[in-house]
Amino acid sequence: MSAAVQLAATGVSGNLGAVAYGLAAIGPGVGIGLVFGHSIEAMARQPEAMPIIRQNMFLGFALCEVLALLGLVVPFIFK
Amino acid sequence: MSTLTPLAEGGCHIQSSSGCGFPAPGLNSFDFKPIFSIGSFDFTKPMLLALICMVIVVGFFWAAFAKPKLVPGKMQLIGEIGYTFISRGIARDVIGKKGDKYVPFLTSIFFFVWIMNIMSIIPLAQFPVASRFAYPVAIAVLVWITYMYLTFKTHGFVGGWKHLTVLSGLPTWLIPLIIVIEFLQNVILRPFTLAVRLWANMFAGHMLIVMFSAASWYLLTPSIMSAFAGGSFVLAAGMTAFEVLIQFLQAYIFTLLTSLYISGALEEGH
Repeated sequence: MSAAVQLAATGVSGNLGAVAYGLAAIGPGVGIGLVFGHSIEAMARQPEAMPIIRQNMFLGFALCEVLALLGLVVPFIFK
Repeated sequence: MSTLTPLAEGGCHIQSSSGCGFPAPGLNSFDFKPIFSIGSFDFTKPMLLALICMVIVVGFFWAAFAKPKLVPGKMQLIGEIGYTFISRGIARDVIGKKGDKYVPFLTSIFFFVWIMNIMSIIPLAQFPVASRFAYPVAIAVLVWITYMYLTFKTHGFVGGWKHLTVLSGLPTWLIPLIIVIEFLQNVILRPFTLAVRLWANMFAGHMLIVMFSAASWYLLTPSIMSAFAGGSFVLAAGMTAFEVLIQFLQAYIFTLLTSLYISGALEEGH
């Protein structure tokens, strides 16, 4: 029994892509939280290193974020 | 009956008698009828926008730096601010002194990507060019060629492959695994994620704006329920403002990663 059939059998209907995006957002959510949290902590401890910290913060943010975006885009492609 | 009645009777709305459904945005929001066709080649709106962006970027820097003066005029001042932002903020910080050679390349990429993204919120254009996958792929391929060329130029053929695939100081049994992982990472996944990141961001942002704009028109009814339409419209405006930030950030990240790859290709062996 596939996942879609099981969902239909229990009376839940809708787009599996939405569930997929929900699952895909968990990891990047934690990751982005860690990236920004630690960067702010680092900036508070060492304000003179702010430019280099901010640069690396955006780098880490971009690397995490792409996972969530893939989760958003994939349901549109494999429709 | 409110004053909104005539407005709420045209088109497709939630409680209309025609029983039409919500026009949900999907991939069809990204397809355009060709403006004109030459044989089987269709010239579409994204192409037109990309050409306009190119003209804007080239024209702006031409106007700013064609006749540079010691005391800069207005155009030159703005151009110099943009150039300094890339050269100080990205090239010097990431690549170092050797990066000065690549500042024009990085500046062109940054402003081209940024202007392409900004097209998303300019009235009448309102389409982020990079949300068609071919455009970010073309820029990412350019970046890939640049850093692969620089790797082989700096390290030679064998040294270049070694630089791309091997990490030093590992136990011997781990090396075959690392070669596979590093090859995938450095040669295949780098340009792929570079293109996908820009494309997916612009795709998702455009989708959100279309979604809330369509919903605010769809929810408009001659009753108190049109408050939902107002809420949706506020969200559409808010998303547009948020997109301004994302557009700049994505152009910045694209340039930052490009300079990171170039610096990786230029650095001495591990």
